[in-house]
Amino acid sequence: MKKLISIALVLVLVLGALAGCGKTEPGTTATPSADTGANATAPAAGGTIKIGLLGCYTGEYAQYGLAVQNGALMYIDKVNAAGGINGKQIEPIIYDDKGDPTEAVTAFNRMLDDGVTALLGSVLSGATMAVVPEAYAANLPMITASATAAGVTYNEDEDLVYTNMFRTCFIDPFQGEKMAQYAKDILGARTAAAITETGNDYAVGLKEAFVAKCAELGIEVVADEGYSKGDKDFKSQLTNINAKGADVIFCPNYYEDDALIVTQARQLGITATFMGGDGWAKVSEYAKAEDLEGSVYCSAYAPGSTPEIKQFETDYAAKYNGEVPGMFAALGYDAAIVLLDAIKAAESKGLETGSDEYKAAVIDGMKNTSSVGITSAYSYDEFNNPIKSAVIIKLEGGKEVFSQMF
Amino acid sequence: MIKQARDIPTPVKYLINLALFIIFLVVVNSMIASKTISGYYTKVIMLIGINIILAVSLNLATGYLGQLPLGHAGFMAVGAYSSAIFMKAASALPMFIALPLGLMIGGTVAGIFGFIIGIPALRLRGDYLAIITLGFGEIIRVILLNIDSVLGFNLTYGAASLKNIPKTTTFLGTFICVFIVCYVIHTMMKSRHGRAILSIRENEIAAESCGIKTTYYKTMAFVMSAFFAGVAGSLYAGYLGILNPSNFGFMKSIEILVMVVLGGMGSMIGSVISATVLTALPELLRAFADYRMVAYSLLLIAVMIFKPSGLMGTYDFSLSRLLGKGLSRLPARNASPARKGDDR
Repeated sequence: MKKLISIALVLVLVLGALAGCGKTEPGTTATPSADTGANATAPAAGGTIKIGLLGCYTGEYAQYGLAVQNGALMYIDKVNAAGGINGKQIEPIIYDDKGDPTEAVTAFNRMLDDGVTALLGSVLSGATMAVVPEAYAANLPMITASATAAGVTYNEDEDLVYTNMFRTCFIDPFQGEKMAQYAKDILGARTAAAITETGNDYAVGLKEAFVAKCAELGIEVVADEGYSKGDKDFKSQLTNINAKGADVIFCPNYYEDDALIVTQARQLGITATFMGGDGWAKVSEYAKAEDLEGSVYCSAYAPGSTPEIKQFETDYAAKYNGEVPGMFAALGYDAAIVLLDAIKAAESKGLETGSDEYKAAVIDGMKNTSSVGITSAYSYDEFNNPIKSAVIIKLEGGKEVFSQMF
Repeated sequence: MIKQARDIPTPVKYLINLALFIIFLVVVNSMIASKTISGYYTKVIMLIGINIILAVSLNLATGYLGQLPLGHAGFMAVGAYSSAIFMKAASALPMFIALPLGLMIGGTVAGIFGFIIGIPALRLRGDYLAIITLGFGEIIRVILLNIDSVLGFNLTYGAASLKNIPKTTTFLGTFICVFIVCYVIHTMMKSRHGRAILSIRENEIAAESCGIKTTYYKTMAFVMSAFFAGVAGSLYAGYLGILNPSNFGFMKSIEILVMVVLGGMGSMIGSVISATVLTALPELLRAFADYRMVAYSLLLIAVMIFKPSGLMGTYDFSLSRLLGKGLSRLPARNASPARKGDDR
């Protein structure tokens, strides 16, 4: 009996695996959770343009992935509702990579099998960097809304720019440099300190750029402290910083840590101004207003600052049960705008959808884009990074308010 | 006349296996070359190969030696990083020299780490060994993460990931490694050394009293296990092209252990099957989107409830035994089918 059951189990495992094989046609790829209802009425194959959406839609960083996905799908649905591009509907093919580079590579190859024309993703830098060389080899147009590492578009070992790869977010060094400049010009800082999570590529990238720029601007970095992921007590690092007495403290980590660091610093009597990167968004929900007062961070997105953004916020809330969009949703929306504009340009040239010339035309369209997204107008530098100015957000009375463009 | 498996001379048995394996390689490789197997499935197959090596090598320490090391991902990481650093530096060397050399370096460095860790760790048993190897695995990960900023040079690039590693891993390379690893472990387990390792699993005190140098054999099995994990790591580095210490955390070790336990501890074919299924399953369940991880875990639970010893228990597949079974049925059944001593 036991033997029978175990044989049955083996069979189930194997059959389950094989059954998966048969069901992998693109038609099933619209995930139940995603609001792709608009695509159900899409015309038959041949009349669609397939776009891959790759990102961490489950797992530790799912909130970022889902925000990007929501933003991108919102624009795609909008275009589809308006009749698509050149009469063709956009068909999003959504795969989850859990933020894992290994899964990202297999999922990406799956997309190639499904015949995607372009890829919007991935969400995290590590997963994106694993995919880019393969997409480059296939010359597949690719845009990410949130992979900020410099290495995403540029291979420094071989001095090679991945010409097919674009993004709508800042790169890490850019934010660090901007904040150093801001410390010098606006805050008039003469000394600075930094505290970063050492295992975090994003935080380290920002910090290194900040320190380098400080040296260039003549700001003395008196302390450069690190901590490990999951640390909750930062008193020893902060005591060091306090002893050295810095004018500003650069703290470019994720918001939970930042909130704890600011709170503990105030307890130790540190009065220096705290500065951060776009990971600070929503920090006001995690620390007291008086502790945060006067801190600044840079972001790509200023909520409620322009009529377009207000419109976006209203539409987003209407589509996603009253959710308030953050920076990731806005950048996902922008990425979809830049990509679909380029596809429009390629379509208008009368090329065959999905052909190599078509893909080259889409890449060309993105490179010379003049798209206007909701966070900024876009144009790309020689490394395919967007040229746009940063938004400085200031903490005032427990609220994150738009201070200035910088 | 050949009527049973044991009548077939051993070299012939190995030759049959080798021939079948070469046929498998040629067929699949030509299918890949002709694009009958798409790029996606090739990737999954390569990943399966890498995971087979990991599972089979851990099976050596867990299934055969009977210890419970939880730091296998650490050895994989060491192998992956050392081979990746070598491959990046040796881009001038021709591929047929650089690739095997890279794999050997990955394996050797991991083996050295296995030796360093094995000496103190193997003095402990059971839970304590699990915890100390877990600790060592984490130490390796944290070192890889921080060594650059502490010592002030660029070697592993820490959290920024080691990027642009030459993508040298191919289907052929992976499965030749799979074959060699399985062959070496199989033959070793049939040899005097293998019997010694098994005796330690069954009863360490009895083994020691029979004059088996338990420390020596434990360390040997452990180092071998680490060596092969390093080889798998090297293949992984060449497969992915980017390495980050966070990919080699505690969960990776558990993932490999799950493969071994699910397949049956002490069964090589079990490790191979479960590594294959557990790698392919999440990919093939993509059609179920959000529910795929739930389906995956439910299958694990079901197997563990109905077959706690793993899918294959300690059964090991033997082609020649199968062949012998067939042979003994063909002619008149005068030769009794008793071959009980011929397991494993």
